[in-house]
Amino acid sequence: MKNTTYLPVVAGLALCATGAMAETPVLQVMTYDSFVTEWGPGPAVEAAFEAECACDLQFVGAGDGAALLARLQLEGPRTEADVVLGLDTNLMAAARETGLFAPHGVEADLDLPIAWTDTEFLPFDWGYFAFVGNAGADAPASLQALADSDIKVVIQDPRSSTPGLGLLMWVKTAYGDDAANLWVDLEDNIVTVTPGWSEAYGMFLEGEADAVLSYTTSPAYHLIAEEDDSKVAWGFDEGHYMQVEVAGKLAGTDQPELADQFMAFMVSEGFQSVIPTTNWMYPAVTPAGGLPDGFETLITPETSLLLSPEDAAAKRDAALDEWRTALSQ
Amino acid sequence: MAHSVIPVTARWPSAAAAALVLLLTLGTLGAVAWRAEWGSGLAPADWAAIRFTIVQALLSAGISVVLAIPVARALARRRFLGRQLLITLLGAPFLLPVIVAVLGLLAVFGRGGILNNGLLALGFEPISIFGMHGVILAHVFFNLPLAIRFILQGWLSIPAERFRLAATLNAPVGRLLEWPMLRAVVPNTFLVIFLICLTSFAVALTMGGGPRATTVELAIYQALRFDFDLGRAALLACVQFALCVGAAFLAWRATANDPMGAGLDRVVQRYDLGRAPVDHALIFLAAAFLLVPLAMIILRGLPGIADLPDTIWAAALRSVLVATGSALLCVSMSLALALRGGALVAVIGVLPLAASGLVVGTGAFLLLFPFVRPADMALVVTMLVNATLALPFALRSIAPAVAQVNADYGRLGASLDLKGWTWVRLIVLPRVRRPLGFAAGLAAALSMGDLGVIALFAGQAEETLPLAMYRLMGAYRMDAAASAALLLLGLSLLMFWICDRGGRADADL
Repeated sequence: MKNTTYLPVVAGLALCATGAMAETPVLQVMTYDSFVTEWGPGPAVEAAFEAECACDLQFVGAGDGAALLARLQLEGPRTEADVVLGLDTNLMAAARETGLFAPHGVEADLDLPIAWTDTEFLPFDWGYFAFVGNAGADAPASLQALADSDIKVVIQDPRSSTPGLGLLMWVKTAYGDDAANLWVDLEDNIVTVTPGWSEAYGMFLEGEADAVLSYTTSPAYHLIAEEDDSKVAWGFDEGHYMQVEVAGKLAGTDQPELADQFMAFMVSEGFQSVIPTTNWMYPAVTPAGGLPDGFETLITPETSLLLSPEDAAAKRDAALDEWRTALSQ
Repeated sequence: MAHSVIPVTARWPSAAAAALVLLLTLGTLGAVAWRAEWGSGLAPADWAAIRFTIVQALLSAGISVVLAIPVARALARRRFLGRQLLITLLGAPFLLPVIVAVLGLLAVFGRGGILNNGLLALGFEPISIFGMHGVILAHVFFNLPLAIRFILQGWLSIPAERFRLAATLNAPVGRLLEWPMLRAVVPNTFLVIFLICLTSFAVALTMGGGPRATTVELAIYQALRFDFDLGRAALLACVQFALCVGAAFLAWRATANDPMGAGLDRVVQRYDLGRAPVDHALIFLAAAFLLVPLAMIILRGLPGIADLPDTIWAAALRSVLVATGSALLCVSMSLALALRGGALVAVIGVLPLAASGLVVGTGAFLLLFPFVRPADMALVVTMLVNATLALPFALRSIAPAVAQVNADYGRLGASLDLKGWTWVRLIVLPRVRRPLGFAAGLAAALSMGDLGVIALFAGQAEETLPLAMYRLMGAYRMDAAASAALLLLGLSLLMFWICDRGGRADADL
């Protein structure tokens, strides 16, 4: 029975798998969805890299950052991807554990607020998590002030979204053992918890909440792309948790030189200069011309919070339990 | 009843359909379980999720069905201008991607919505939609249309002659005709909606207001995406299947057979109607509940529709093609299974409802990945999976009609030695046109709105409209996304209307 149902499938697959033998080498970069859309950095990055590599750069999009890691884990060592781009520090420990990554070997002068020494994963952009609200409305000055106010916010679920997980780590890093208490205080401020960033941001723009968990760079989108200065990010006294987005070269790549070339290209002008106004994050290496006009209006937190990948992985499950318990009361 | 005498039709179509369903439901689950490293069992939080899932599904299904009965009855009893259009439009919420419907609901019931603005203007406190009641409200919004359609079909399947006879004898229509019909239709309708709500994830989470509203499907998502714990995902998927089997068994026990007999397909004339205002009020209320959020989606999306980028139109074309293929496949499979009949078919008919979309996608990925680039197969897999996921609805619509044909004309057909394709073409198809058209429309529209499987497979070149819409949202382009949502709504409804209309080409009902 099993064989009889399976055979037609295999036959169909064999027919479809007529991959054209290309003469130009192909570099496959697996990344998250929004990187490859026509509004994301993908098209510009592809054009710039192909101009210097004599190769075909192909992006494979796979959901968000967490889905990207799950996809890599599903594919395992057989994956055709040469580079994985779009993981963050909260996912790095699990990514490292797969044993699929090789050292990147790139020496770059990174403009990150923190020191970066990881040999397997190389940052390509970064940002601060922040609550984004409307200009002119009450703006709390700390997580605790937000929790004590009656301001309504939308957040994302840490179990299904990378910003959601970022907030979880933010609260944990800033409050340590008191994190559970902060969540209890915050409970009546949370309108709802959405599965992903898009739903939350959409609900905020539709007026369902006073603020949404997003990035300090989000107002730059509205300012630059829509000429709308009505959105502001709130600076918090506790400091802001960072998201550092990284890429890594896969050990099993059949294009090791191209992959190396791409990793080096990733922290060069051609890649970094498109990041601010396509991915709406800070570039890992500030381009020669500086940041685009409008970025100077953004808040710059005085304290940057970030757990090491290993700490983040170790603390995640307990923090998740705290969060779930506090919000289920 | 003459179920034992049924004209012979070929076996292979139903066997192939059953095999595909089993492969995509239990087969994909098996693939996930096979790759799993077993270790962790169910955590306490999982049990809380299971409890919440069952409670909200019971309430959502119960309320949907209870509200649907009087509305379906009113629609069955009354004729008015635009009735058919209204019935088609009432089906729309069921066909929408979750986030579109949620934003539509929020425009009415949300903080800045119509309802709260009205309450504030009248000096009342605004209400919050988030919480258990929000989950149920959203589920009723999604599923009430389905319940109305299924129950309305039950009403329309009562032959005109029965109503005439009842009127002649001055017999109570409610007790003799409508109650037995409801006994046959309602348990199944309840089951379908219960199972839909059982596998709900984004609605429950978004409207539920927080981790209190964790469903089993969310736990599966977490296991697959964040923990990469395939064993736990498979275990939770098994829990969903177990709940499905239990519910299906209970529904089957509660279902009474419909001894209505054959009619001559005359136009139904009712002699027992009073109180038109009550019926009209019911129809008006249901229409307002279901259509105002839709109107908000239209208003929101209309301004930007001309500025949509070309990629969205390409994605829309791709979606229409996939939906067409999916609908054809789904209806063929349903017809094949319905002609076969029997207990196995009944089981096949509910399995896809209990399947977790994520597990199906992941399992299909695991099955295909060793052989082919997933992106190459994205549209084919999406078509197959969507056809399978729509099968329960199609089968629920087609199977009773086919069973009725078998019961009413089986002996006649057998005595005339009608069999195979001839029997299907001459006798069955003309008599099941209406459910066939409805099922095709439903399958097409459901496929249009699907976001589950495609997301795991598709690259840039295989993007469908819902995925493109979601990617627009992810790129801050909420206005363009709203227009894409409107396009999606329009295309889904159009495909549904064309198929549904095709099924009723010669009927004036």
